[in-house]
Amino acid sequence: MIALENIVKKYGPTVAVDGVSLTVAQGEIFGLVGPDGAGKTSIIRILTGILAPTAGRLSVLGAANPEDVKDRLGYVPQKFSLYGDLTVMENIRVLGALYGQGAAEIEQRAAAILAFTNLLPFKDRLADNLSGGMKQKLALAAGLMHRPQLFFLDEPTTGVDPVSRREFWQMLYRLNKEGTTVFVSTPYMDEAELCTRVAFMHNGRIVACDSPQGLRRAYPHKVLELATAEKSIKNLLAGCRLLDINPFGDKYHLVADDAAAATAEVGAALAAVGVPVASLAEVPPTLEDVFVALASEVA
Amino acid sequence: MRRLRALLIKEFIQMRRDRLTFAMMIGLPIVQLLVFGFAINTDVKHLPTAVYDQSMQQDSRDFLAALTASEYFDITEVAKSHEEINAAVESGRTKVGVVIPPDFAENLKHGRSATVQVIVDASDSMAASSAISAAQLVGQMKSQEIMLKKLQGVSGKKIETPLDVRIRPWYNPDFVTAFYMVPGILGIVLTMTMVMITSMAIVRERERGTLEQLIVTPLKTWELMLGKIIPYIVVGYVQATVALLVGIVVFDLPVRGSLGLLYLLTSWFIIASLALGVLISTLAKTQMQAMQMSFFIFLPSVLLSGFMFPRESMPLFFNWLGNLLPLTFYLQILRGIILKGVGMSVLWTQILALTVFIAVTLAIAIKKFQKKIA
Repeated sequence: MIALENIVKKYGPTVAVDGVSLTVAQGEIFGLVGPDGAGKTSIIRILTGILAPTAGRLSVLGAANPEDVKDRLGYVPQKFSLYGDLTVMENIRVLGALYGQGAAEIEQRAAAILAFTNLLPFKDRLADNLSGGMKQKLALAAGLMHRPQLFFLDEPTTGVDPVSRREFWQMLYRLNKEGTTVFVSTPYMDEAELCTRVAFMHNGRIVACDSPQGLRRAYPHKVLELATAEKSIKNLLAGCRLLDINPFGDKYHLVADDAAAATAEVGAALAAVGVPVASLAEVPPTLEDVFVALASEVA
Repeated sequence: MRRLRALLIKEFIQMRRDRLTFAMMIGLPIVQLLVFGFAINTDVKHLPTAVYDQSMQQDSRDFLAALTASEYFDITEVAKSHEEINAAVESGRTKVGVVIPPDFAENLKHGRSATVQVIVDASDSMAASSAISAAQLVGQMKSQEIMLKKLQGVSGKKIETPLDVRIRPWYNPDFVTAFYMVPGILGIVLTMTMVMITSMAIVRERERGTLEQLIVTPLKTWELMLGKIIPYIVVGYVQATVALLVGIVVFDLPVRGSLGLLYLLTSWFIIASLALGVLISTLAKTQMQAMQMSFFIFLPSVLLSGFMFPRESMPLFFNWLGNLLPLTFYLQILRGIILKGVGMSVLWTQILALTVFIAVTLAIAIKKFQKKIA
């Protein structure tokens, strides 16, 4: 479906994408994960034919130039890019027609898609008057009008509430089941877990690419989860043999090479200063642990 | 075709929803025509005038009566000293001061040359030139009258002036400023709408990110450009029609030439202006920049195209600069067809100039437009 080979994109002296190679197979939900400014949007723009790469080779649906397969690609940009002064239905009609669909075909497809995205009750509302989550659903609906084989979404859930986010991902799953290959970028680790394969991008490079399970398996350290109300953990545990201490929700993830030894050390250190510990135990590493480790490795 | 149609429908829906812009597009020609048509009068009459008549005889009164009869001077103040005359002009109460010396009538009686001093406030050059030419004319007429009377008295037979220059002001014999202004305003309004609103409409798509969505569709560059240009050709024709109607109904504008030809040639100008608008949109990053650049085109269009000031009197460089503006040629077409009633045989140079302008501007615009998409 997608093959990138040493793709480079420069904006003047700035290197946004620095030699990226990756492949995506049919039927995947491929996640491009990384912090802001990692180069995710540039990759998606290159794949959708909005940007031309400075160097490197690419193949999208078998074409070297995305321009040739545009009618089979779908795209939801990071920023809402439909017309705010048009209603939901008008936006959908414009998009459908831009992909060459006839009026009857558009009405039929729109009814199905609006039902799928739960936008049917809002079809006559101006897009400007939709909430953030609904706007993203409209973008998804509009992008699906022409039944794309390959669907790109650039941080589709940024700024969207958790409930809408979950709904949005459920839709992506259903879409994927119906045979659409999904390529999604996200800064959220919990969303990365939902992908079949994940590439972690940092400073324009891909530093790891595997399934979430594979990434976790390759994690070289052990993770202890510490639950405590104490805030200045870092100072208290300065003497312990820990590789890293990261806040994780309302808990902490402590990185060590020997889980048993570290558990004992941390327990003793906290008991010595009288800090109550709600729980302290080894947990399997999450993707977040993996990426924090990868990011500090390449930095 | 479906894609282009979808874009056009979208543009018209958006145009209809943006009430303010829509009202401006239709209201602008009406308001501008009414304001400019009524307010601007290049033939300045009824200038307030102060008079210091030291002679106070029949002859001096005759002369003053001739001045007022010309309609160019209204005597609003009678001064009793040179100082009062100076004060009247200096304070701006009057634009003109007329001083008739004490020996005026005496000199005339004895066949000597009698002098009259006319002080003109030339800080307002339009009023000054009106006053000067009117005063000169009145003076000459009076002189001639006196001379003829004298000669007749000597020879005893009727004498006619040796030279009789007969002036026929063609095309606008009554010097109605509105006749001159209305076609000009039509061109100005079109320039403003076509260049500014078009460039802003395209830049807005880029600013809001909607261009990105359009780029990923199979839409072709030429379809996108046509989708932006066609709606504004319609707007341009609506504006031109509104302006012409107001001109004909309110100002009795005579349309002496072919209205069909006028409409046909208007498309040249509209397309030239739209090409300029598209070009600006490829250079501007924000709507604000697009507006600023449009003004950069707009002001020279007002000043150098011959809309306000005759191009013949401009220094060569600025005259040449005016030739780079589409409005310069469109004004010649408008005034040519509306006031003179001329046809293609006269206007082909203007058409050629606009064609060249369109070809060059559009070529650059398309080239730059494509680059942005890549």
